[in-house]
Amino acid sequence: MPRPHGGKLVNRVFKEKDRKNAANVAAKLEKVEVSKALATDTENIAKGVFSPLQGFINQEELENVLNYKRLSNDLAWTIPIVLDVSEEKAKALKEGNDLALYFQNEPLALMHLEEKYKFNKEEFAEKTYGTLDMAHPGVTKTKNMGNILLAGKIDLINELKGPYDRYKLSPMETRFLFKEKGWRTIVGFQTRNPPHLGHEYVQKTALTFVDGVFINPVIGRKKKGDFKDEVILKAYDVLIENYYLKDRAVMSILPFEMRYAGPREAIFHAIVRKNFGCTHFIIGRDHAGVGNYYGPYEAQELFEEFPDLGIPPIFFKSFFYCKKCGGVTNEKACPHSEKEHIIFSGTKIRATFSKGEMPPKGLMRPEVSQVIAKYSNPFVE
Amino acid sequence: MKEKQKKFTTVSIPTALFKKVEERIKGTGFTSVSGYVTYVLREIVAEEEKTEEPFTQEDEERVKTRLRALGYID
Repeated sequence: MPRPHGGKLVNRVFKEKDRKNAANVAAKLEKVEVSKALATDTENIAKGVFSPLQGFINQEELENVLNYKRLSNDLAWTIPIVLDVSEEKAKALKEGNDLALYFQNEPLALMHLEEKYKFNKEEFAEKTYGTLDMAHPGVTKTKNMGNILLAGKIDLINELKGPYDRYKLSPMETRFLFKEKGWRTIVGFQTRNPPHLGHEYVQKTALTFVDGVFINPVIGRKKKGDFKDEVILKAYDVLIENYYLKDRAVMSILPFEMRYAGPREAIFHAIVRKNFGCTHFIIGRDHAGVGNYYGPYEAQELFEEFPDLGIPPIFFKSFFYCKKCGGVTNEKACPHSEKEHIIFSGTKIRATFSKGEMPPKGLMRPEVSQVIAKYSNPFVE
Repeated sequence: MKEKQKKFTTVSIPTALFKKVEERIKGTGFTSVSGYVTYVLREIVAEEEKTEEPFTQEDEERVKTRLRALGYID
């Protein structure tokens, strides 16, 4: 199993016996109420999902990440993990002091405020997302951020509770699980959609060469029109139950707000899966993309800059259904013309369900279609 | 104000090797010998770091209990 990114799995979660005391300490400190997305980032830092980060990054690290896609110690890191507050709030906070992060009025974490600093939103957005177009969700989000960033190590007091906690495993847990299963090689699969046959074939093709597949759907705020989290999880449950060997597939969720940063986010997703214990990571078409901001295989190209990532990517081009072959195949294996191909288009699949219909079984397993069809509206509004 | 860390530094390699590398990277995605040397060194350094991290007994017990409760292990 690979070592976590940076060599050591971060664990900054207060032990059960110390939580009450930590909550009492938090109650006496200056409070910063954080959004769901920031609370999720905080938990991910504490549980080692974002190893080697031990807290929100400082100005020097931010400059490194934006300009070099690396931390100051030369480790690959492509997405800035930052905590923003308003200028007014920042005035009440003093560098060198501890503060308390709160989420929905409950103590979330203690933070040692190492630095507070202004940042250039335009530079942040342009370098992270490759665009300044306000139609890009990441650019809009950056524009709406507070003007000051807080940096410093955090220690988690209370874990976040959610409706899908039975699917939530920490990197320490997945690493242990993979070891228990006797897996030495594990391929990670990132998803934010219910599985169609193209996804299944990508996973199973990769699985042929490794010991197990780790299906890791991203759970959190998504775009309007995306499938709801519950739909994705139920669809995967039924797929795994009916079409996967129990000892070869594990699914757990990744609570995380998608940035839609395309190539940069693809590298980041790979790092996260390395922390979960994966040895390989699947990168398909337009990974973590949105609209037409990134080329379909731009994410794959960016991996060339990171020979030291420690988790080799497995690149796939699109799979499709070929009427002549009578099954799912890809451009390397199918000699027939494009007229014979049915493309696995997420947009078309969504449109089919919107009309109250189900996709043909050559595109989606009937069991999966039935799960989705049970929802009057399976989409985020 | 904290002094910022220098982002790059210089190492010396034999001129003959430099010229060989310069020839080798022609027509590749590498635009400089420095870029190529950085790439190769990063690859080697990463290779040396691949070892497993052990679990403590306490971690193992806690994790095992949760995984069993969730049905991930028997």
